[in-house]
Amino acid sequence: MTGVKEVDHGRRAFLRGGALLVAFTLLPATRRAWADTEVDTLGTVVLAPDLPGSLRTNPWLDAWIRVGPEGITVYTGKVELGTGVKTALLQIAAERLEVSPTAINLLTADTALTPNEGYTAGSHSIFDSGTALFNAAAQVRELLLASAGRSWEIAPARLTTREGIIHGPTGQTMSYADAVKNVDLHLYAKAESPSVSATSFKVIGHSLQRLDIPAKVSGGAAFVQDIRLPGMLHARVIRPPRPGCTLETFDAQSIETLPGVVQVIRDGNYLAVVARDEWQAIKAMRSGYESARWTGGQAIPEAQDIHGLLETLPSRRYPISQEGTPRGTTDHSYRARVTKQYLMHGSIGPSCAVAWFKDGTLTVWTHTQGVYPLRAGIAEMVRLPPERVRCIHTEGSGCYGHNGADDAAADAALIAMQLPGTPVRVQWMREQENLWEPYSSAMVTEVQANLDAHARLQDWNYELWTTPHNERIVNAGRLLPARLLARPFVSAPSVPIAQPEGDGDRNAVPLYTLASKRINMNFVTEMPFRTSAMRSLGAHINIFAIEACLDELAASAGADPVALRLAHLTDPRARAVVEQVRDAVDWPQKSSEPGAGLGFAFARYKNIMGYCAIAVRLRVHPQTGEVQIDHVVTAVDVGQIVNPDGLRNQVEGGIVQSTSWTLYEKVAYDAGGIRSYDWSGYPILRFTQVPKKVDVHLLDQPGQPFLGAAEIVQGPMAAAIGNAVANATGRRWLNLPLTRSEQPS
Amino acid sequence: MTHLTLNVNGSAQTLELEPDMPLLYALRNHLGLNGAKYGCGLGQCGACTVIVDDRPVFSCLTPCAGLDGKKVRTVESLGTAEHPGPLQQAFIDKQAAQCGYCIAGMLMRAQALLESNPHPDEETIREHMAGNLCRCGTHLRIIEAISLVAGQNGSAP
Amino acid sequence: MKGQFLRSKPLWISAAVVASLGAIGAVVLMWRPAIEPVERPRTFSSEQLQRGARVVEAGDCAVCHTRPGGQHLAGGLPLVTPFGTLYSTNITPDPQTGIGQWSLPAFERAMREGISRDGHFLYPAFPYVHYRRMTAEDIADAYAYLMSGPAVNSPPRENRMNFPMNIRPLVSFWNLLFLHAKPLTPMAQQSDAWNRGRYLVEGPGHCAGCHSPLNLIGAEKSGESLSGGVVDGWEAPSLLGTAHRANAWSNDQLVSYLRAEVVDGHGTAAGPMRPVSLGLAALPVGDAQAIAEYLLSLPANKAITETQDATANAGLSDQSTGALLFASACAGCHAAAAPMREIDGRPSLDRTSALQALHPRNFLKTVLEGIPATPGLPGPLMPPFAASLDNDQLAALATYLRRQARPDQPWTDLSATLEALRQETK
Repeated sequence: MTGVKEVDHGRRAFLRGGALLVAFTLLPATRRAWADTEVDTLGTVVLAPDLPGSLRTNPWLDAWIRVGPEGITVYTGKVELGTGVKTALLQIAAERLEVSPTAINLLTADTALTPNEGYTAGSHSIFDSGTALFNAAAQVRELLLASAGRSWEIAPARLTTREGIIHGPTGQTMSYADAVKNVDLHLYAKAESPSVSATSFKVIGHSLQRLDIPAKVSGGAAFVQDIRLPGMLHARVIRPPRPGCTLETFDAQSIETLPGVVQVIRDGNYLAVVARDEWQAIKAMRSGYESARWTGGQAIPEAQDIHGLLETLPSRRYPISQEGTPRGTTDHSYRARVTKQYLMHGSIGPSCAVAWFKDGTLTVWTHTQGVYPLRAGIAEMVRLPPERVRCIHTEGSGCYGHNGADDAAADAALIAMQLPGTPVRVQWMREQENLWEPYSSAMVTEVQANLDAHARLQDWNYELWTTPHNERIVNAGRLLPARLLARPFVSAPSVPIAQPEGDGDRNAVPLYTLASKRINMNFVTEMPFRTSAMRSLGAHINIFAIEACLDELAASAGADPVALRLAHLTDPRARAVVEQVRDAVDWPQKSSEPGAGLGFAFARYKNIMGYCAIAVRLRVHPQTGEVQIDHVVTAVDVGQIVNPDGLRNQVEGGIVQSTSWTLYEKVAYDAGGIRSYDWSGYPILRFTQVPKKVDVHLLDQPGQPFLGAAEIVQGPMAAAIGNAVANATGRRWLNLPLTRSEQPS
Repeated sequence: MTHLTLNVNGSAQTLELEPDMPLLYALRNHLGLNGAKYGCGLGQCGACTVIVDDRPVFSCLTPCAGLDGKKVRTVESLGTAEHPGPLQQAFIDKQAAQCGYCIAGMLMRAQALLESNPHPDEETIREHMAGNLCRCGTHLRIIEAISLVAGQNGSAP
Repeated sequence: MKGQFLRSKPLWISAAVVASLGAIGAVVLMWRPAIEPVERPRTFSSEQLQRGARVVEAGDCAVCHTRPGGQHLAGGLPLVTPFGTLYSTNITPDPQTGIGQWSLPAFERAMREGISRDGHFLYPAFPYVHYRRMTAEDIADAYAYLMSGPAVNSPPRENRMNFPMNIRPLVSFWNLLFLHAKPLTPMAQQSDAWNRGRYLVEGPGHCAGCHSPLNLIGAEKSGESLSGGVVDGWEAPSLLGTAHRANAWSNDQLVSYLRAEVVDGHGTAAGPMRPVSLGLAALPVGDAQAIAEYLLSLPANKAITETQDATANAGLSDQSTGALLFASACAGCHAAAAPMREIDGRPSLDRTSALQALHPRNFLKTVLEGIPATPGLPGPLMPPFAASLDNDQLAALATYLRRQARPDQPWTDLSATLEALRQETK
């Protein structure tokens, strides 16, 4: 274990009434000890700290909503990743503007058009953007009413709105488009918005069908992969065998003569081919892989040593939470070492981008989670002023965090700069996505806790080792292609996201009442593999470890595990989800079938966002060890629900995805290379393995703040599986993935 | 380059293509059809699934040459966003998509099943669909959407 | 023993032989008593269960007694033979539909004599001709393991055997002719590993069941054990003379291949051999090493005569067609710079047994059917091309690749072979 190091706390995040106050420096070069939130971005400035949601950083109302003869346009700095957030934001805006959703044109992140809301990440979309629109839309409507009121000389309180028309008490009408003529929407939002009762909601809280699904089931142009521009050329990149390799020889000439090839690009260790037709580009790429000869390259560790290695690599030790006075060991103690392997995002569609350098402006269509930071990074890389670079979000396949999207955008940008005037489309191959996307860090955690004589949680000790979970684009050097150039850019130093959001330490602090706690993170700065954010970050393993510990302590004290949790939860909303699941599964009734197990888990995401309790019924085959999940029951509370079915969809999807991660997934590698170059080497859950039945209970909280939904189940599902397996087998499995790791005997 | 005739969604198209071009790229780049997608190019994920003469195939590995006289059907043949076919409508009704990238392939694999077995039970559906991957975890809704159509298939005379 | 059963000659000849033995003798032969049912035994030591798990793995029980999508060992896998289809039985310890009421003597009788608990004859698709060589301890351990698993209520499916094979007592005459093998005595002059390998191959592994030619009534031809057979259209190659033939096997190669790895010079086990090799991969490596030592010691029983009409040369158009098809459908995985070649060092296709073999069937079957994924586990994964490539394309591809592997010995009659293979899977 490393000794305690000096920690420069730099800036802190303060919690204020559920909203985060953030303050940034504008100078990217300034070394910062923490990133305040995951959506922390380059160049974001808090202009109005008292405003709710993203209005803090984008306080002008007309940044969010424009009304005109062409109709109503709503802007969000968030993007659709497949979570349905676009539809949900539309619902919020429509509700507060009191118009039908079909009357609104909603535009998602585009550096030329929309507010800068950093990244669509960390479950912040409804939390920040939804809150901003909830208020901005209401305030805009209020201004329009005031305008009509002035025209008619009637108090606005006597006016109503319906379908974009303002109605006066004696039959007068005025459209929003007319009312706006006497309003300047270039106005700071106010801290207080017109109040509304949740019982009156017509759109929020209803399961509006998603806007994007009809096109996706019928071959509509729905993805960045579907963009077709006039004269567009197709490019493919040729990567080295591993990071750090040097290109020795490469026969560009023979590739240039292949049919359709327009250009072969070589810049240091950066290689790309461009052709008229996509298939021609692929063949040229194959030729390029055959001819390129490389030397050197970063060593790859052996997988079986990785956790020991993480504990010895250079790291910074951050105290996460230190409270209370430890009392010492008791009769009911538990100690365990819990590990996970590297995971990959594994997006079904490998990353893709289109770029066009025309008339001095570089436009990039990309499925990045953050168009503004990407723009800054690309501008630095190609040496253009940022205002000459435009990044427009266009959907890709689900990314689940920081995957290859930004790097593919950088590829497209680099190549497009070599072909001014011509649109260029870059599509990564499957193996390029698997080998080059930033993984989710392998981690080690050590939990040690005890109960006092009254079965109260007494001392809680937690130590974790992780590489970074947030290597997003804070400078050009964070873009992989930029590091391959002859004049390479250098990646900015790694900085963890501070609590309460957390990094590898996300959800490392239990929500349970603890007499004392000592929680530390060892932030490993030398990365055997490049890692960055993946859905729920450290919460996946931290919640797994915490909930395993709770169950083991309960067993030691002869206490019921669910009762033990309830005894340590004071938040009524936390208790509500726990009780809902406990009752729905008739806890602790379980089947007498051999190998049957029932497991329970609870967490509140980051201790400040959505609540989730889960119970899992599964069977572990006594002979084959195969795990079959029969029934999952969950209860979630995300505050005011915007779209119930959308929420259900996210929860079900998260349950299936977490099952796959927890039971089966790990990046396979050894000193000879990364073996998970395609799906054969990185198996994910298939239809035959998906849980048989999933029941989702939604605990709506009308009128309460939006808490975000996308990441609330990953940790609890993993933990419930772990507890169910222990219940089924009588043995505690602590190493993820559960069916492919050695377990303690 | 060579001229190849493909019968796609009921209409014969003669295209000038590289003679070794896989069907996926002809569909996307030469016929402007977005449905079939590139997911791996290796026949492992099914995002490119289309139907050739009633059987689901990975279009990323099916050469255009040799499709003479065969009928290729893509998701566009099932209906449009304005007028979805029954299977597409079931996917919409069940909101059986998250990112949606795998969905066109899922629809075609499911369509092939329903054409040969109009009333598959859930186990059969899971087995048949196992060749297609979904990373977002939409499997349960996909099963529900297919089951919906499988149930409806019985009600019509 | 899939697909091995009686071939084209009529069975009437056998029936005539039977008739001449006399009625009483025939009745005595065709009847076996039932053995009393017992309460399912439940107490076994964990050591015995671990040993039993190994025996059951070595015997490939789950490979036949589990159907795709079905519960482990609950039966229902169809075994297609020229004389009808039979379905494997449920060998979970379910009292009604499985073997839950079988005593150890009943189980041992089934394993050595092919008789069910209630006295009916089992079809020799169940390889009791080999299992009878197993030690009493192994059989008892296997019994313990099977009795300790979850009982699955899964009624057996009705067999659909054609007349007269649907008359089970006639199997007694088959047994009379072919059920002779005795438990093996270790040979003192050989190593322990060799003897262990011989035991595994001739006993529970029942390799000769697939890797031998069969006679008219589906028994392994006497004197030709392990000299090659055909199963479900796949060639189960000769296991004789493997150390010295063209494209010979080294010990390391054979051990790796037997454990489902990808091996230079040979490729990876596909078709019906794949589940067998996945099973061997689950056993201690010493077992595969023992099998390899034994097999590699077996001499060829006759020189492999490569009589081949070498005048059929692939035309240039076949070559370019084949090359185009390779680029279109295969190169993503199989080209020289593709990841599985570069990173995993897997062999080029010309350096595989399938492309080196005299007969194209294994190459063609692999391309037609692919190599399926094992859910939740990494491993070679190849999609099926049956619906993506037609017979002309497959023939051109085969010709193209064969020329790289054995330019001196092109494959002929590819069209006819493909026709036959397609028919078999209808």
